[in-house]
Amino acid sequence: MTRIVANPDRCVGAGQCVLTNPDAFDQSEEDGTVVVLQDTPADDEALKRARVAVGLCPSRALSLTE
Amino acid sequence: MTAPALQTTRRCPYAPLEQHTRIRDTDSGISQVTLPSGQVAWALSRLEHIRAMLTDPRFSSDRRNPNFPQFTRERRAFLPRRSLIHLDPPEHGPARKAVVGEFTVRRMAGLRPRIQEIVDEHIDAMLAGPRPADLVQALSLPVPSLVICEQLGVPYHDHDFFQTRSKALLSRALTAEGRKQALAELRDYLGDLIAKKAAESTDDLLGRQLAEGNDPEDVVSLAFTLLLAGHETTANMISLGVVTLLESPEDLAALREDSARTLPAIEELLRVYTIAEFANSRVAVEDVEIGGVTIRAGDPVVALSNAANHDPSAFGEADEIKLDRGARNHVAFGFGIHQCLGQNLARMELQIVFDTLFRRIPTLRLATPADKLPYKDDALIYGIHEVPVTWEEPA
Repeated sequence: MTRIVANPDRCVGAGQCVLTNPDAFDQSEEDGTVVVLQDTPADDEALKRARVAVGLCPSRALSLTE
Repeated sequence: MTAPALQTTRRCPYAPLEQHTRIRDTDSGISQVTLPSGQVAWALSRLEHIRAMLTDPRFSSDRRNPNFPQFTRERRAFLPRRSLIHLDPPEHGPARKAVVGEFTVRRMAGLRPRIQEIVDEHIDAMLAGPRPADLVQALSLPVPSLVICEQLGVPYHDHDFFQTRSKALLSRALTAEGRKQALAELRDYLGDLIAKKAAESTDDLLGRQLAEGNDPEDVVSLAFTLLLAGHETTANMISLGVVTLLESPEDLAALREDSARTLPAIEELLRVYTIAEFANSRVAVEDVEIGGVTIRAGDPVVALSNAANHDPSAFGEADEIKLDRGARNHVAFGFGIHQCLGQNLARMELQIVFDTLFRRIPTLRLATPADKLPYKDDALIYGIHEVPVTWEEPA
């Protein structure tokens, strides 16, 4: 199963992932870094958005693992 | 052989310069150019190469490096300490995280009611005034200016002071002396303001930075960066966006019908105008190979971001404005760890301005033809100086 992996150390809080899918991603109130709300995309649409989020993340803080 | 001078003066508002597309369409997409400073720099022009550079730690953002690309004739006299935009890892991460929490998507959504109020007040004032009105002075400049001033905790009655100085600083024509003076005035003002805040502990962005124990000098530097970045950029996008939409009645009608179209339209406007075209510059600190070209440690590198945002290998029909394209892989906000901190504030402001302006003034039109407007062909941040607009009474 595909899983979203976030690296908050790399994250710079640009918010691209939240813009892509606010159901799957949020940002910490504290330092703006990524919080993954749903780490396993539930359907094809969520998986598609996860891929978009990975591609748009400016600090390369997101990846997908099988 | 000397490298040709980099062209920086725009001819067409939304088309990349011919020199830049010519570089992009060579085999490597990379060429050497001479900057206004006399420096010889590598110019990258393809989206893929620019994104690679901006995510590669072997390129530095440190403007104190004498080889950092300069776009002014005189070398910058002023080097603010520890400004976010200068920092490389490992200093950059903690410094950015100390402030980016103030700019999250959710925090920006929380500002919506206040931004809406500010936009409505300014539209009220414009409608109550004479026709034609200058959209730049009535709306484009004061809205982002007031929003960033409120967010930082800068008193609004000082905002004229900021606009004149930020405008001067962004002009390529400014002399070294004029720049020095404008910067010194801004720094003095911010120094006083932050000293006052340190004594009073105010509940605003700058106050919170001080409360967290940040060095007041660093807070001055942060305030400086955020004020300058938050003023003119969004203002220019408001003006350019309004003109584009007024020139394209079908797109405007579609937008009015369905406000879900506004955000994708904003992304497309960001892409086609790429107003901070030369902001994605770096200096190599190690040898790096990009697109078959070896960039040596110490070489300055400029990204021809507008050419990249019109790169046909990244965007279908890249030279067309397609407001429903919705592509966010452009580099108008940059890419990598320095990607625009205020991007979600900018999106929110643009969204509210476009939705509100065209809803409230359905008869809005340009009072000067779009091709006769005074575009900022020579400014570091592209835009329009003045946009005369008019409308039918009652609006």
